Amino acid sequence: MTVDELQRLGNDIRRHVLRAVHHAGAGHIGGVFSAADMLAALYFSELRIDPQRPHLESRDRFILSKGHCGIGLYAVLAMRGYFPVDELFTFDAIDSRLQGHPDMTKLPGLDMSTGSLGQGLSPGVGMALGARFLHSDFQTWVMIGDGETQEGQIWEAAFTAARYQLANLTAILDWNHLQQFGWPTSQGYAGVARRDPTESPAQKWRAFGWNVIECDGHDVADFRRACDRARRTLDRPTLILARTIKGKGISFMENDYTWHSRPISDEDLAAALGELDRADEPQRTRVERS
Amino acid sequence: MLAQRDSFGETIVDLCDLDPRVVLLDGDLANSTKSDKLASARPDRFFMMGIAEQNLVGVAAGMASVGLKPWVASFAAFIATRDLDQIRVVVAQPKLNVRFAAHYSGILTGYTGRTHQVVNDIAIMRSLPNMVVVAPCDAVEARAAMFALNDYEGPVYLRLTRDPAGVVTAADHRFELGHALLLREGSDIGLISTGGQTLRVLDAAETLERDNISAMVLHVPTIKPLDVDAVVAAAAATRCILTCEEHSVFGGLGGAVAEVLCERQPTRMQRLGLRDVDGESGPNDALIEKYGLSSAHVVKAAKELWSSL
Repeated sequence: MTVDELQRLGNDIRRHVLRAVHHAGAGHIGGVFSAADMLAALYFSELRIDPQRPHLESRDRFILSKGHCGIGLYAVLAMRGYFPVDELFTFDAIDSRLQGHPDMTKLPGLDMSTGSLGQGLSPGVGMALGARFLHSDFQTWVMIGDGETQEGQIWEAAFTAARYQLANLTAILDWNHLQQFGWPTSQGYAGVARRDPTESPAQKWRAFGWNVIECDGHDVADFRRACDRARRTLDRPTLILARTIKGKGISFMENDYTWHSRPISDEDLAAALGELDRADEPQRTRVERS
Repeated sequence: MLAQRDSFGETIVDLCDLDPRVVLLDGDLANSTKSDKLASARPDRFFMMGIAEQNLVGVAAGMASVGLKPWVASFAAFIATRDLDQIRVVVAQPKLNVRFAAHYSGILTGYTGRTHQVVNDIAIMRSLPNMVVVAPCDAVEARAAMFALNDYEGPVYLRLTRDPAGVVTAADHRFELGHALLLREGSDIGLISTGGQTLRVLDAAETLERDNISAMVLHVPTIKPLDVDAVVAAAAATRCILTCEEHSVFGGLGGAVAEVLCERQPTRMQRLGLRDVDGESGPNDALIEKYGLSSAHVVKAAKELWSSL
């Protein structure tokens, strides 16, 4: 799959999420949009998976530790064929398999239940240790949010993964620079700007013994290069430090903490879908020509 | 006299020999929980996870999700309270095959004081959907329970005690999950107990017999799922019920029995246990005496209940 195609799939995730959240009347958008391009690249290019056999023991494992962005994961799973795309409209409805936060007992393709922040990296350590124990060569990938690195358990897991030299474990830090409400800037809590949830993350993870690779989380080619380097690192776990923008792709959502989670009006939905279409236009033309 | 933790250490090695998917995760307490036996015998099955109990639970969940059968060995106080959110979200809710070996349960914890004692772990664990709660009465039953639980699919909280104590379970005992054991027939008062407290209750029953009160002893090693029929039958066959446990009277065995009886077989009953207090440091005899758990306390509570009828 070409980089342009992957880039467009990232926006398809955004479209599905906008419609599902609009239909449900509530949901997380900002942190899904910072992760969308990486989710597209992971599920359509990087992960060794087979949607027809979601329980295959040798499959790569993916944990969305920032479980509040589950709707983004559901969108890419549906696009990849794990379940019908129409089912995205059941998000958050009663009896739905698409819970507000990912529930591995309900939906195929979910490798761990997440949502209580800071907990996702530890099961990733367990899967990576399990792969080693079982002499299996699958990789474990865990996407964590920058806000949740304020949780102590993340650092318990980081310490342990480095001590066991878990080279088959890769964490992806979606460094979108905002969290739900956030810390004050020099201007206090005025406006939508907030102080970064984490500072010097590369330095911190390196100090814990991790291989740190920085990339642009919205540049699919750059992200894929980072994944490739992570796979080729054989002596320690890798952190892909992905610089991203919360609300990426929609002008009135970008870098605005209030879009962490909120309903979207009919007007905003139309405006956002219009922006995505305009953004994809030149790429679609390019793809059609080739 | 045998200690449940010694039995645990021997049995975990045997389970690893029996089942290639059994592993143990240690929270840097292997010489307390006797998991050090496994560290020596089968180092490939022993995973030191450091002093980081939240991560310990998450790692176990990840291992279980790829098909292993991990035991988490730590102190009951840390597992039941410090790790509650981790257990709730990544073990109990997804029904993963993680077994918690909750050592040093209750208040007989070897001079630790109340930071390392937990008096409400049964109440906490039993309230979690999908969680099974087991409290063996002695070292032999603990071993039998571990073998039985190895064949169970889902999360289990196994409540174990620290110090050597008497053994009442026959060596060839087969533990059946969810089954209570009638250890002594009786018709006046039904004594229902769990964990190490059962030994003190059996002593009390003999004393009561000498004083012409016929006491039944129903030992409940599986607190959840509770053997409801056995509890109802005990209430039907006697005139009153006294529950006994080294745990708070809130929400533990006494709470579970009261819930069942008030719905199925309303019965005059009394709960013996810690009455909304924590423990403290001290020798076991002194702790048992001060916190009202001795055989003499059981006898006294039984007689008061009997005479109030």
